[in-house]
Amino acid sequence: MLEAFNYRLILEYMPLYMQCFSATLWLSGLGLLGAMLVGIAACAMRLSRSRIVSRVAGVYIESIRSTPLLAQLYFFYFGLPSLGIRLPEPATGVLALTLNSGAYMAEIIRAGVQAIPYGQIEAGVASGLNYFQRMRYIVLPQALGITIAPLLGQSIVLVKDSSLLSLISIMELTRAGQVLTSERFAPAEGFLTTAAFYLVIYYMLKTFSSWSQKRLIFRQAT
Amino acid sequence: MWAFYFNELVRSIPFFLKGLWMTIAVSGLSLIFGTVIGFTWGIIRGARYRVLSPVIGAWVDVIRGTPFLVQIFVVFFILPEAGIELEAFPAAVIALTNLTACFICEIVAGGIQAVPTGQVEAATASGLSQIQQLRYIIMPQAMRTILPPLVGQYVLLIKDSSVVSAIGVVDVTRVGWLTVQRIPEGIMVFGLVGILYFIICYPLINLSNALERRMTVVSTRL
Repeated sequence: MLEAFNYRLILEYMPLYMQCFSATLWLSGLGLLGAMLVGIAACAMRLSRSRIVSRVAGVYIESIRSTPLLAQLYFFYFGLPSLGIRLPEPATGVLALTLNSGAYMAEIIRAGVQAIPYGQIEAGVASGLNYFQRMRYIVLPQALGITIAPLLGQSIVLVKDSSLLSLISIMELTRAGQVLTSERFAPAEGFLTTAAFYLVIYYMLKTFSSWSQKRLIFRQAT
Repeated sequence: MWAFYFNELVRSIPFFLKGLWMTIAVSGLSLIFGTVIGFTWGIIRGARYRVLSPVIGAWVDVIRGTPFLVQIFVVFFILPEAGIELEAFPAAVIALTNLTACFICEIVAGGIQAVPTGQVEAATASGLSQIQQLRYIIMPQAMRTILPPLVGQYVLLIKDSSVVSAIGVVDVTRVGWLTVQRIPEGIMVFGLVGILYFIICYPLINLSNALERRMTVVSTRL
């Protein structure tokens, strides 16, 4: 199999791969940014004193965590047009990624928040900080610091999940492999190159994760 | 129109149940094989054998660093080039088994390394053989760390099994995709798909959470 490996073909398609590589990067970058915001909001709602608010966030988190991303992706892809909302495919994809990862982020951040001694929050209340100030200055810096490793782990999952966007015909790394398979009938070259690109992202994030574990700034919180 | 589509959907529920059965078959088989292989690899990796452990570690890294969609394309499209022709179903089971084994391997290795070294030393001093140490000293203690993430991994397995629909295995997600061509109500169709996954996954997630809670009891309200 490897002796027939056509390196020239890969070189020929390299511009396509670079384009798709950057597409994967910005799709998952946007998804990550959105997921952090959704995650923080959902976590704050989940831990809210109000039963109803907490319940709403709980339903969102549990229903996302109990269904596969692919089903959620199709839900938005086929479902939004039937509601009369027509989004371009990348927008649908990023929306699904954001809502999916947001639920996992919320659970991770919740673990971080619960590791903060409750006395600190009480001290914040006693010092007259309002809810958003307590979040901004006391809770979030510590919660995000402690959970930096699982958050990066979730980012890795997010990058890998973005491969599913190829199934709703968005041009990204996995799609490039499919293009090579259909245009030149070269699945080995196509998908192994795709895999190599994903591994590059994976090792970068993994190195960053182990580097952050050694940094005092993140460890101090624990 | 909505009521008409709803009736159509109700009439195609047997089709969905067939898909659900396929999802259960694919993930059930992968669960059994994946657990056996994963525990074997994990024990080897936990024992830190000089040659075998790094080899397994590298393989686990490659699998964890690439999306499952790419892996399943590799199994389905590239193995035939090497002379191994596979139907969609065995290809799905092989890819999913390998994925599960890799994740379980990491969980088991982590659990084994969490057992204090003194325990192993004491067992050696008491004259227990390696098998006896594993059977009576290490695994019973490691299982406490392993069990909650293991059940969580099974949930991930069931959700990841939705991706095998991309190579034409007619699982629940594929049934949804086929149905939505006929009944263009994405929200309804994939809502049903979501509910079917939810029925399987939600009890498992709760089981995983309950197992975890038996070890730590913390509750914070913001």
